[in-house]
Amino acid sequence: MKIMTKLWIAMGILILLSPLGLILPEYFKAGDAWGEWGTGSIKELVGYIPQGLEKFSSLWNAPIPDYAFRGQEVKGLPYLSLAYIVSAIIGVAVTAMIVLIFGKILSRKDN
Amino acid sequence: MHIPDGYLGPATCGIFYAVMLPIWTIASKVVKKVLKARQVPMLAIGAAFSFVVMMFNVPIPGGTTGHAVGAVLVAILLGPWAACIAVTVALVVQALLFGDGGITAIGANCFNMAFVEVFTGYYLYKLISGSSSVASGRRIVAAGIAGYVALNIAALSTAIMFGIQPLLHQTVSGYSLYCPYGLNVAIPAMLGEHLLIFGWVEGVITALVFKYLQKQDPSLLELKKEVVA
Repeated sequence: MKIMTKLWIAMGILILLSPLGLILPEYFKAGDAWGEWGTGSIKELVGYIPQGLEKFSSLWNAPIPDYAFRGQEVKGLPYLSLAYIVSAIIGVAVTAMIVLIFGKILSRKDN
Repeated sequence: MHIPDGYLGPATCGIFYAVMLPIWTIASKVVKKVLKARQVPMLAIGAAFSFVVMMFNVPIPGGTTGHAVGAVLVAILLGPWAACIAVTVALVVQALLFGDGGITAIGANCFNMAFVEVFTGYYLYKLISGSSSVASGRRIVAAGIAGYVALNIAALSTAIMFGIQPLLHQTVSGYSLYCPYGLNVAIPAMLGEHLLIFGWVEGVITALVFKYLQKQDPSLLELKKEVVA
């Protein structure tokens, strides 16, 4: 088997395992990454929401916020895990595609 | 390590976009000069790897989470400039599609993960490798140490960005406008968790994948001098 085929298979396995990145923090009761709190948690932590932070925090409405489908975040871990896998597939595909196109434009044709 | 919108003031956001612009330009030029067409699929898989590795949030029980970036591995495989582009693409996709990292902070986040981590890791790997052969065990150790140290330097750089906000932006009554934590809190928190846990994850992943590639096809790990440019 060619090395690239093997690497893409490994990528597929990583994608299927990705919900571990959701389940393990849940299991070990770990919260947000440091400095990545929502405005609610910030208020709990420091007692107020910094004005500028509040203003800019909702600047961008991502189509798949936090790797979960809109409005279905409350459906529980199995559903979130599925959304996580779908997000990983989309993310991997879009990322690889952009680099492929960019690389095609930039790279040298010879040897 | 993905700084969200609202944690950095406009000045910091602007400065790091301005810093990254020439870096992205040079990276494109170097890649155009040295990247061969047959290496493009490897760059694509490197970027995809970085994307998916960052989804594996590692918990500190009862505390925060963090993750590896995979940037050092890509840098070892394809050189720092190509890795800079690969990790940038992963970070931009994360910010735009998934709201992971702010759009105002794309410059800052790319500076930390696609520049600081990539270049620290790459040169540390070169330094520790010395003149050893690509098939040597020393290279595996070099890859691991480079991954560990580089993620920590990136975490430090991120912590400094967070930590200078209260110095830069405060209301007259002493409230912070953006990130409310100063350097005295941000640096120990960010660096501590990365030194203790997340750095090891990056180091082990970098070393293990390096070892696997060594066994599969060591020629993948032989970088021509020109790649560094």
